Amino acid sequence: MELGDLYTEIVTQYSCSQRHRHPLEHPDVTMRGVNPSCGDDISLALEVEGGIIKKAAISGSGCAISEASAAIMADMIEGKSTEEADRLAELFLGMIRKTVTDENELEELEDALALQNISNMPARVKCAVLAWHTLQGALKKLETSPQGTVG
Amino acid sequence: MNEYLYDFPLLRQADDKGRRIAYLDNAATTQKPQAVLDAVAAYYKTSNANPHRGAYDLSVEATKSLESAREKIRAFIGAKKAEDVVFTKSATESLNLVAQSYGMSSLAPGDRIAVAISEHHSNLVPWQIAARARQADITYLYTDEAGRIPSAELKSKISGRTKLVAVAHASNVTGVINSIEAVIERARTVGAVVVVDGTQSVPHMEVDVSALDADFYVFSAHKMLGPMGVGVLYGKEHLLQEMPPFLYGGDMIEYVEEQESTFAPLPQKFEGGTQNVGGAVGLAAAIDYLDRAGMRKIQALERELTAYLLDRLHSVPHLRIIGPDGIEDRIGVVSFVLKDAHPHDVATILNADRIAVRSGRHCAQPFLHHLGVQSTCRASVYLYNTKEDIDRLAESLKGVRRWLVHGIG
Repeated sequence: MELGDLYTEIVTQYSCSQRHRHPLEHPDVTMRGVNPSCGDDISLALEVEGGIIKKAAISGSGCAISEASAAIMADMIEGKSTEEADRLAELFLGMIRKTVTDENELEELEDALALQNISNMPARVKCAVLAWHTLQGALKKLETSPQGTVG
Repeated sequence: MNEYLYDFPLLRQADDKGRRIAYLDNAATTQKPQAVLDAVAAYYKTSNANPHRGAYDLSVEATKSLESAREKIRAFIGAKKAEDVVFTKSATESLNLVAQSYGMSSLAPGDRIAVAISEHHSNLVPWQIAARARQADITYLYTDEAGRIPSAELKSKISGRTKLVAVAHASNVTGVINSIEAVIERARTVGAVVVVDGTQSVPHMEVDVSALDADFYVFSAHKMLGPMGVGVLYGKEHLLQEMPPFLYGGDMIEYVEEQESTFAPLPQKFEGGTQNVGGAVGLAAAIDYLDRAGMRKIQALERELTAYLLDRLHSVPHLRIIGPDGIEDRIGVVSFVLKDAHPHDVATILNADRIAVRSGRHCAQPFLHHLGVQSTCRASVYLYNTKEDIDRLAESLKGVRRWLVHGIG
């Protein structure tokens, strides 16, 4: 695959985006996600109110692919319910694993579709999925802990 | 044209665009010359049987293959006796063997293990485990910014309580050659045993374990032109004698009765299970290859390549070398970072130009943390690399930021 299919304008712009790179004052849950071999190390913080994700913030650092993926994800899940966010994470992971290939179904992923080509780059798959796995971990943590006691 | 390149089938291959691979990840593993591939194939074609077992000729031949490989290794590293050379599956296993067998049987609560902060996880984590089990402490030998261990650090950290020192001969992150002589000299004054990880040194320089007076010295076949799946542990005879076995089972016993067993003498005591004879034969062929080329000549050649590599990397804008910038007391392993470009992206972009470098934490997370970097790119050379490989690396690096950062070339 060509580099231009990977480092697209969408990906490079999101990877430099600062929109979600700020600490949250009162996060309801925070979750760390690490790729031990390559050194991506991020933290996802969520503010959740009445089952709706009000704010998503990312800290830490990673490669352009993982940072773009995290930024796109944070944009996408703000304002959505936790169930909806979990479903979108499954859809994204399905796209990368190539278990979901129906274009109509994938259209929901909007800008995250820009990362579809990663599914052809085994060496970079774990960069693309890091934020989404971290999201699923955060949602699970939120579910198993009483509101207000995790963080 | 490099005089060795022709011997390596993988490196001669061109892809559909006519490009050879610029293989610069030799600190991870090396390519294999035809002579090694042939030796392994010949063993399986003509000499394969389970060694040390059968009364038939073929088994005797397999035993001879294994034992002559052991003798070749002994001579190559200057060990006194072949019995002091133990086969394992990797340098990692060799270090685990020392930690589990020697460490667990000799460390006592309150003892101290001195570990260089620059160690690969394989010479660090086994000591954490042994220390926890034996209630010993780990104290770190910290490096300076360039990744070198100051001699004052040896003096202050290797003290009366120190029973063991674990240090690599050469770093897989910075390429620094540590002064093992100074470490051993200091360790002797307090009676500590020294475990040397020679994984990055044995392939690239003359090593004489007897002259060094190392207590344990480990390395790996696949980083010195040999096959994967073979590691070596050298140990001083009296230490190996006192140590309990590591893996119990076939091939390492003497008498087995219902309730107890006695164990085979060295080195079989530590070689439970059928050994990788084909791999050992491949390592022997690799040593023959290195001997024919001459370790001094290889070292000189790599020094020239490393000087050229440093020089070309200096010409790349926004690039910072992690580790020593000069050519003295180092091997051809060079870590670097490029401003605003994550090493993983850099490696992917280089890959598009068919250049292979490692990116990440190099199994040395505490060291990278100490150096204040999250991850690096690492280029590492061997005797078959050419200046053209390095030119391709430097040129490709100059284009990396164009892919990642808008408006910056």
